[in-house]
Amino acid sequence: MITDWSPARLDVQGAVLEVVRAPHPVLATESAEVDPLDPEMIQLAADLVATMRVSPGCVGLAAPQVGVAAQMFSLDVTNHPKTRTCHGVFVLCNAVVVEASRNEKAREGCMSVPDFTGDVKRATRLTVTGVLPGTTDEVTITTDAFEARALQHEIDHCNGQLFLDRVAGAHAVYPRKTYQ
Amino acid sequence: MSQLAVTVIGPDRPGIIADVTEALVGTGVNLEDSTMTLLRGHFAMMIVCAGPFDEVKSALEPLRGELVITVRKMGPEHEHAPIGAPYMLSVHGADRPGIVAAVTRMIAAAGGTITDLATRLSGGLYVLTAEVELPPTAELEMLDRALEITAEELGVGVTLRPAESDEL
Repeated sequence: MITDWSPARLDVQGAVLEVVRAPHPVLATESAEVDPLDPEMIQLAADLVATMRVSPGCVGLAAPQVGVAAQMFSLDVTNHPKTRTCHGVFVLCNAVVVEASRNEKAREGCMSVPDFTGDVKRATRLTVTGVLPGTTDEVTITTDAFEARALQHEIDHCNGQLFLDRVAGAHAVYPRKTYQ
Repeated sequence: MSQLAVTVIGPDRPGIIADVTEALVGTGVNLEDSTMTLLRGHFAMMIVCAGPFDEVKSALEPLRGELVITVRKMGPEHEHAPIGAPYMLSVHGADRPGIVAAVTRMIAAAGGTITDLATRLSGGLYVLTAEVELPPTAELEMLDRALEITAEELGVGVTLRPAESDEL
């Protein structure tokens, strides 16, 4: 069960890694599948969680964002106001979208594209399969709303795609607004 | 090298962008921010780029005639300091003079600034969409009410909604 999983199960200390920014080539690279039992991958899983945790507002982080072309990402949409279904904190390897429906448009930002945001249409009902690091069993996650959006954003990273590849129109990319 | 503002407008046909940008590339210009769109059958381009003024001017010379082209030197770049949260403003209704002026005046009066705006007229329907930044001090309820009153006077509908992005 994915909800029983916690980063403590990885049994390694995660390190905070540097987040790379576009146009870094790794962000446009289709990542390789990973062996979820590989100790290096287990360490990477812990690092993703640790890096996500120290990044304000960050609800997900994919391996390419820390410079590693591996199909792995961490996610945690707990307490986000747009979250409905929530599976807590987890890391997923080799994730694939198996079902997606009910597209909705919303504005996304990304730590790897800090100067822009963009309107992107994404499914609000989603089923994804993948493997938890340190295990071999395939898990199926069925979710909706914000967790569905975040999952699709991270799976895109694993396929070398940024939200910029999916923007909803020629005027759907905006300069980032940061204000105090 | 100075920062230049290049504007191009003319009847639309395939290849305008390719012609203009090819001419610019030959002068070593790097296109920076630009917006290009069709305005009632005229193709309009606004480009801010860094490049040599005289070369850019002469490179675009052969395209003049069919296209109305201006090249001007710009002052130093101004960093746009965001003043507050982003909102999306939309207005639509029967066309009549004064819609843009009245609605944008309300935004300005609330201390807001418009960072992008487009209008379209099709048949009798007028549509305005704008990206707006409002300062944290703006009285949202007052602004909503003021926009509503203005919209009523103009006979149009207006909505102002938050356009915050989600960090993923």
